[in-house]
Amino acid sequence: MKSNLKFVSGDEAVALGVRLARPHVISAYPITPQTIVVERLADFVEDGSLKAEYMHVESEHSAMAAAMGVSSVGARAFTATSSQGLLHMAECVHYASGARFPIVMMNANRSIAVPWSIYGDQRDSLGLLDSGWIQVYVEDAQEALDMMIQAYKVAEHPEVMTPFMVNLDGFVLTHTYEPVEVPDQKQVDDFLPMYQSTNKMSMDEPKSLCFSTSPADNQEFKYMQHKAMEGSVDIIREVDAEFGQVFGRYYHGMTESYRCEDAEAVLMTLGSVTGTVRTVVDMLRAEGHKVGVFKIRYMRPFPQDEVKELGKLGSRVGVLEKNISFGNEGTVFTNVNSVFSTLEKRVESKNYVGGLGGRDITKEDIRGIFMDLLSKEPFTERVEFIGMGCDTNE
Amino acid sequence: MTRMSDFNIRPKDLTDQEYFYGHKACAGCGATIAVRLALKVLGERTYSVLPANCMSAVSFIYPQMAFTTNAIISPFASTGAMLSGVAAGARALGIKDFQTVGFAGDGGTADIGFQALSGAIDRGDDIIYICYDNEAYMNTGIQKSGLTPYGTKTTTSPAGENLPGAVTHKKNMFEIVAAHGIAYAATASIGYPNDFLRKLNKAKSVRGPVYLHILASCPTGWGSKTELSVQLAKDAVDSGLWYLAEYENDEFKLNRNPKEFIPVEEYLYKQGRFKHLKEEDISVIIEHRDKKWEKMRKTWL
Ligand SMILES: Cc1ncc(C[n+]2csc(CCOP(=O)(O)OP(=O)(O)O)c2C)c(N)n1
Ligand code: SF4
Ligand SMILES: [Mg+2]
Repeated sequence: MKSNLKFVSGDEAVALGVRLARPHVISAYPITPQTIVVERLADFVEDGSLKAEYMHVESEHSAMAAAMGVSSVGARAFTATSSQGLLHMAECVHYASGARFPIVMMNANRSIAVPWSIYGDQRDSLGLLDSGWIQVYVEDAQEALDMMIQAYKVAEHPEVMTPFMVNLDGFVLTHTYEPVEVPDQKQVDDFLPMYQSTNKMSMDEPKSLCFSTSPADNQEFKYMQHKAMEGSVDIIREVDAEFGQVFGRYYHGMTESYRCEDAEAVLMTLGSVTGTVRTVVDMLRAEGHKVGVFKIRYMRPFPQDEVKELGKLGSRVGVLEKNISFGNEGTVFTNVNSVFSTLEKRVESKNYVGGLGGRDITKEDIRGIFMDLLSKEPFTERVEFIGMGCDTNE
Repeated sequence: MTRMSDFNIRPKDLTDQEYFYGHKACAGCGATIAVRLALKVLGERTYSVLPANCMSAVSFIYPQMAFTTNAIISPFASTGAMLSGVAAGARALGIKDFQTVGFAGDGGTADIGFQALSGAIDRGDDIIYICYDNEAYMNTGIQKSGLTPYGTKTTTSPAGENLPGAVTHKKNMFEIVAAHGIAYAATASIGYPNDFLRKLNKAKSVRGPVYLHILASCPTGWGSKTELSVQLAKDAVDSGLWYLAEYENDEFKLNRNPKEFIPVEEYLYKQGRFKHLKEEDISVIIEHRDKKWEKMRKTWL
């Protein structure tokens, strides 16, 4: 395989991945920290390296509505957003999945106002977990690029036909430069053939799409949607494995486990913080502590099998997330515990909430979490906000 | 040079083919006339986009679809954006010789879908946007919209002591759209079908965005007799409360200039929604009408 290394930011890696996936139409609207994605795509359309229609929409609601229009005639659509933009288009996000349009969207994970903040946390996309989109959270720029290609392949699979959201931590990932291997276009074309579907309006076979149903039929459509999402787990694993064979990079499917087998304490993560946690794991292992990190890649469909297997290992489990469902706990934690509840032996778990509004999660924070997990003391609280600047015991 | 009359269609030249039937609209629904005629002119190779409204509610009830041509329901606010997406997708796939038309209500056009409509016109997309104006949010049960005329009684402007009938006049959608410098815009009425057919035919030939605003009576929301629907839509024009006009190349043109208006009362009092209007309300309506016509006659003829 010909090597083509480029030193780019996460956003630029996304744009490179999108170009390789050859969407027919891009509907674009700016929002920090996503904007560079649509800027680079404009450059590519301008320099002729991407043959796509570039559509200037007047809002994110329209960005997704336009993408649905594109998909409704059987063409490939791309859009990207973040935070306020994702919430602004929320109605259309649900609409696209119900319509079974395999649109791919990049989301730069960013905090939600108020207070305003352009920095990263994951409350935007996690707030739309129930919208029927596949959600993956990537760890670095290379994975971001590669997932744009995998995303279309999974989303457009005839048994899946479900839109796909690729999430990148705002700034930490979107604006950090890394060397990235850019795959060969010919190889991508072979891996990802042009979109074919019967779920479209066509001149040969006219159709009415996005219809209404009475209570007599509605639930069956929702059931089919649920089944397709559940079934996408196998397709996600297959596509990732095939991608690994062709391009030499494999992402371990739904989750990625690091030094968990004999671990007494495991920290679960989502997104870019995993890198830091891995470093701390190696440091603590060198000191003789049995610790591991378990990265959740997909929040939807949820990696039930993998989380269950982890739960069986008997370690104390922490769930670190940049999210809080006010008045309850972090949503990732809720999802993890619901799988743990199916196990015979109870898993001791605790939720660590941090990184809200872009606050750094430091190695010291993570070391503190592992020490808490390793202490074997019963947990005094279920949810702990880490890295706080004020006293949380007041 | 092509003249407008070149686009005339004789009703007997319309296709016998039906592209919109079997829907569940009320008897006497004016909007269904607009949709049916539009598709007859635009033809089989048409993608229709309908946001949430009466027309989509009565024609996409699974498993009975009332459009024989391609059609899709868009989110309420999204007609303009989805039209652009459909047209762009079809173009990108190399599909040739097709029309992309939207059928949005007054609420879906002048209120919630206004931004997306403005965006689509601004992009210069090759689409036809038809606003069928029944002058209220009908599908949700007759609520006031930005195109509800002065004085109208609706379920949210109950014409009572504390909440009078609509206190503002209709938003000036036609001129607002024209102010975008749109390729072609026109008003119409289901009471003047020949005029509407000609404008549709013209719209078909225009490159770039087209906006057609057609008054479409609604016996359910207007409190009028079903058999009067076409007559009322004609009376609205003849009384000067609606008008037939066009905009193209920076110029407005008034298509119908009655020497004398029929009395507005003749139009208004045939409808339950205006029954409560007092003399002073009628004066407000007439004054507003006359101002509008004075301007139109001065500059649009
Ligand atoms: C975002 C959103 N808000 C509100 C509604 C409820 N809604 C559906 S149809 C409708 C009325 C539409 O009015 P109009 O556009 O005038 O069309 P008509 O029903 O009169 O044909 C409303 C308010 C909706 N479907 N979506
Ligand atoms: S309420 Fe009015 S617009 Fe709606 S279907 Fe009935 S007559 Fe037509
Ligand atoms: Mg209406």
